[in-house]
Amino acid sequence: MVKLGFSIGDLQFKNPVITASGTFGYGSEFDDFLDVSRLGGIVVKGTTLEPREGNPYPRMAETASGMLNAVGLQNKGIDYFEKNIYPRLSEYNTNVIVNINGSCIDDYVALAERINKLDKIPAIELNISCPNVKMGGMVFGTNPVSAREVIKAVRTICIKKLIVKLSPNVTNIVEFAHISEEEGADSISLINTLLGMSVDVRSMKPSLSTITGGLSGPAIKPVALRMVWQVANAVNIPVIGMGGIMNSDDAIEFILAGASAIQVGTASFIDPQASVKILEGIENYLITKGFSDIKEITGLINKSG
Amino acid sequence: MTKRIESLKVIDNKPLKKDFFIIELESSGKLPEMKPGQFVQARVDRSQETFLRRPLSIHDVDFVRNTFKLLVQVVGKGTESLSKLNKGDYLNLIYPLGNSFTLPAKGARTLLVGGGCGIAPLLYLGRYLKSQGIIPDILLGFRNRDRILEYNDYEAVGNVFLTTEDGSAGEKGFVTGHSLLGKARYDKVFCCGPEMMMKAIAGLCRKNNTDCEVSLENLMGCGIGVCLCCVVDTVKGHLCTCTDGPVFNIKELKW
Repeated sequence: MVKLGFSIGDLQFKNPVITASGTFGYGSEFDDFLDVSRLGGIVVKGTTLEPREGNPYPRMAETASGMLNAVGLQNKGIDYFEKNIYPRLSEYNTNVIVNINGSCIDDYVALAERINKLDKIPAIELNISCPNVKMGGMVFGTNPVSAREVIKAVRTICIKKLIVKLSPNVTNIVEFAHISEEEGADSISLINTLLGMSVDVRSMKPSLSTITGGLSGPAIKPVALRMVWQVANAVNIPVIGMGGIMNSDDAIEFILAGASAIQVGTASFIDPQASVKILEGIENYLITKGFSDIKEITGLINKSG
Repeated sequence: MTKRIESLKVIDNKPLKKDFFIIELESSGKLPEMKPGQFVQARVDRSQETFLRRPLSIHDVDFVRNTFKLLVQVVGKGTESLSKLNKGDYLNLIYPLGNSFTLPAKGARTLLVGGGCGIAPLLYLGRYLKSQGIIPDILLGFRNRDRILEYNDYEAVGNVFLTTEDGSAGEKGFVTGHSLLGKARYDKVFCCGPEMMMKAIAGLCRKNNTDCEVSLENLMGCGIGVCLCCVVDTVKGHLCTCTDGPVFNIKELKW
């Protein structure tokens, strides 16, 4: 048997395949297609204190090898999550991570305090990188001073593992990785979507109601891989790589570049079974290559000799 | 209802008038239960320009032969690629998806209204209604007589009335101006077509206090309720067209 597990501190993951926030609902949407408990973890839809309706339609535009979205964190809020979704989630035998979002530091802190009380949630993903909300989100993740403030404030009260999700819409991603590590993050996940836009030439209008949106899919993979490689070389905490991973070869690229784990996002829209296929592909790759533990190839391209 | 991912064999791909075509697919196993109004998410090909699946209405189902049909209009690169599928090719689908039209009470006077490609889900609905003892009136609108699609199929499940914009067949004008709507009274109206048309029919139904369901065609990402891209504004807030719809009662919509 090949060892596929990794850990964030003392939190064990049975394998490195995690589903990305906003692309996997709350897991149950995929019950017809796969056994969610096979996955290393799932990151559930971005959650806020209050319910959010999100941005007006249209919120999506297909692009070459990718898509733009401008959903704007539509979700029913933490109360609804606790009461109606959490009880179902705890039936899955996998690490369920909640992605939290706020429009001010107090929101993030209040959310982290609520998650502290949920025994079956071992980690939070601090989303300081959503490009589709006017307040908060990427505003925190693209300013080093506010990024430090929000990570510090949440770390002070958060008893769960703290994963900071970084925005690629910055000049120097390593700076934000260093800030995350210095302020006590247990792990870093990257990248969130790249800010982009599209114009509909038939209607002569922007394709999205918000004009700009977040680009995901294979179109962003080389950018994501470069940033994951930079960050993995700069910090000593586990890095979770994502951005356009469609198959196991894509995933292995991120692992060879230094990611301890990966997240599968947009791929699940096209093939709801993508996450388990990627898991099987990684295992087969290791067997074929004669490795017994995924750690043997994590960051392999960075090791000399 | 269980959703599945399956590659189905193309047993026919029939070009219709202008830019329409009908793909007939065969399942290697037994077809799942499929209801009128439901849709499929079709994987187009591996082209970088058709990255996402395409949502397509279920046009007709034959449970005896284990086959069903999709009526499609070429509107872009994805549908163009689908129009070129050959017999024997395989098409990967996630299906069946979405809710369905609500079956009216026995004896209900029922009208189906469709325009252009929006007629697609109404054939299976008509067939289903007929099997339940309801013979619907079916009002179909096309641009001109050259664009009339599958008339005989609709005629076999209900009483068909036509409009064309140029008057080359049926009454001249749009479906909303057809004399039938001034004369007959209905208990239930089902409508699918361009949004302008559905809004006009919804307006008429509101005025006459007639129960009305419409099938929406919002742009979709996933089709399974996770990307939240296809939302429609309703009295209950933003709902996904793919999982809360595509069929909505007009009472729910903020039209």
